[in-house]
Amino acid sequence: MSGKTLFDRIWDAHVVRSVTGGPDVLYIDRHYIHEVTSPQAFSGLRERGISVLRPGRTIATADHNIPTLNQHLPIADPVSRNQVETLEENCRTGGIKYFGMGDPGNGIVHVTGPEQGYTLPGMTIVCGDSHTSTHGAFGTIAFGIGTSEVEMVLATQCLLQSRPKQMRITVKGKLREGVTSKDLILYIIASLGTGGATGYFVEYAGEAVRRLSMESRMTVCNMSIEMGARGGLIAPDEVTFNWLAQIPSVSENREFARLVHEWHSLRSDRGAHFDREVTFDASEVPPMITYGTSPGMGMAVDGTIPTPEESASSAQSASGSYLKSLDYMGFKPGMRLLGHPIDYVFLGSCTNGRIEDLRLFTEAVAGKKKAAGVTALIVPGSQQVARQAEREGLTETLRLAGFEMRQPGCSSCLAMNEDKIPAGKYAVSTSNRNFEGRQGPGARTLLAGPLVAAAAAITGRITDPRELNWLQ
Amino acid sequence: MKREEFTILESTAVPLPLANIDTDQIIPARFLSATVREGFGEKLFRDWRFDGEGKPIPGFVLNRPEFRGEILITGSNFGCGSSREHAVWAITGHGFRAVVSDSFADIFMNNALNNGLLTVTVTPEFLAQLTELVAARPGTMLRIDLPEQVISVPGAGLSSGFPVNPFRKECLIRGLDNIDYLLSMKDEILAFEKSRQS
Ligand code: SF4
Repeated sequence: MSGKTLFDRIWDAHVVRSVTGGPDVLYIDRHYIHEVTSPQAFSGLRERGISVLRPGRTIATADHNIPTLNQHLPIADPVSRNQVETLEENCRTGGIKYFGMGDPGNGIVHVTGPEQGYTLPGMTIVCGDSHTSTHGAFGTIAFGIGTSEVEMVLATQCLLQSRPKQMRITVKGKLREGVTSKDLILYIIASLGTGGATGYFVEYAGEAVRRLSMESRMTVCNMSIEMGARGGLIAPDEVTFNWLAQIPSVSENREFARLVHEWHSLRSDRGAHFDREVTFDASEVPPMITYGTSPGMGMAVDGTIPTPEESASSAQSASGSYLKSLDYMGFKPGMRLLGHPIDYVFLGSCTNGRIEDLRLFTEAVAGKKKAAGVTALIVPGSQQVARQAEREGLTETLRLAGFEMRQPGCSSCLAMNEDKIPAGKYAVSTSNRNFEGRQGPGARTLLAGPLVAAAAAITGRITDPRELNWLQ
Repeated sequence: MKREEFTILESTAVPLPLANIDTDQIIPARFLSATVREGFGEKLFRDWRFDGEGKPIPGFVLNRPEFRGEILITGSNFGCGSSREHAVWAITGHGFRAVVSDSFADIFMNNALNNGLLTVTVTPEFLAQLTELVAARPGTMLRIDLPEQVISVPGAGLSSGFPVNPFRKECLIRGLDNIDYLLSMKDEILAFEKSRQS
């Protein structure tokens, strides 16, 4: 008997019907929605003359479009305002809980869901957003869907899904000092390639993963999609249960102790079959940075940009995409990036906009001054993160170092609001995508973790955070 | 709701042989504030197609009059990145009915099939041959036979099978809508919910 994987366990418990030769009908426990990918789903329901089947299972937030300054004022851009108002109206008529701009529960959907206790181990979770994989950090099957599928979930609380293949990524050993979970996931993506996990759901395991905090686990699961994976998940353990116990709405539930007991069984059996197994050694992971326009084009911050022949993805170099990408960035093969001047730093997003990221960044810049030529956008992932940063004195420390804290939202991660990086400018960004124009038309994005971002913000150049004395 | 049925498509094709084309390129985020499904076709590949002032960039394939058609031929890992279905609406809005590549991002493929846009996955070798042929001879007719699961270039004796999930295939050929299918299962869904409460 080969046993079940954690993924199989959760999936099997949610299959309403298996369609022969086709996808399974999968029941969805939790559905998150935001303003950008939901309006057409609600209009679809209206066209069909049906209503939301289980409004209590859907939670809404406005995050992609909203400004990060003056959130007490109406959104200036009329098109964006209309989209946010449409969401509000759809939630009101649909009976869906909505956390609008400025609400104490507002923030980026993948930050607020977990912090408010809506994400719990063993659940199936979807959202019209590819980074839904974030929630897998709690031992859930969580993945992004399109708007037609949002409509399916609103209408029936179910989805048609084919069971994906499964991959286990085991990370042995310990991460070195000055290396974050963001570096780890950038390292994994650079090794496997941007399509390396297409068709798979990934379970992350091993000592280095067990040692990660919940925030760090979310960072890792968040970026699973950047190597093509449907999602990523981590078996829940004491770290998970202790984190959840801090959330009043979760721990005050009379069933909490029983639930924790049940959640202990959420793990892969010894000998469970994975279609692919990959192992990494955490001690080999350096601080990382990307140099191209796909998240797989990453290297050690003190490394040299590979030639097309050396680059991991041969498909990329073969089609000329690799050089096109370097050209967009203004880089050449064989170049080193250390010391390269930068214009912007963005700390935030559903990848690195949590309290732990703000702590790391703040600790690194405390007592220093932001480089004069650098524009820094420090955007907490949620109102709750912003309040906690204030309470812990991070906001004040940042202010003294020359940084201003913005209000929460997706902001510069996809630049739907006014937080755009101008054409040709270099931004060290803690977000998850360095695609052409992602942070604004012509913007050049270098993805990195909060420590590399902090070092860049202080020196105005790409800097190895380990070289700076503040880490001694 | 019934969709257009997809059986056999005969058309010329447009080659765009780049790997890892993400949905931010297909439709940039700044155009996602709309609340309807229409109007995205004009924004397809906006920043590759037009310059900052909105003038067409002559070299880009969609601006070259010799390349027209309902089939887009592209590179590996097409549609990676954001889950935005707007990318599919932009592609279908422009008039494409099928996309050919050697690999597609998962969410993109689901979104495409949910909108009646056929994703045709072929081998890297076949893709290379097909791309070369179409790029060298604009106006080459392609034939995609969904019931038989074959893509071919009748004039050049080139052909290949391609995989499709049988359930998805049936839905495409008959123009069936997955939401209708799920709605027809409502009693079973309610019974499932009940069984979990006990
Ligand atoms: S922060 Fe960026 S990646 Fe995350 S949900 Fe917002 S736009 Fe998407």
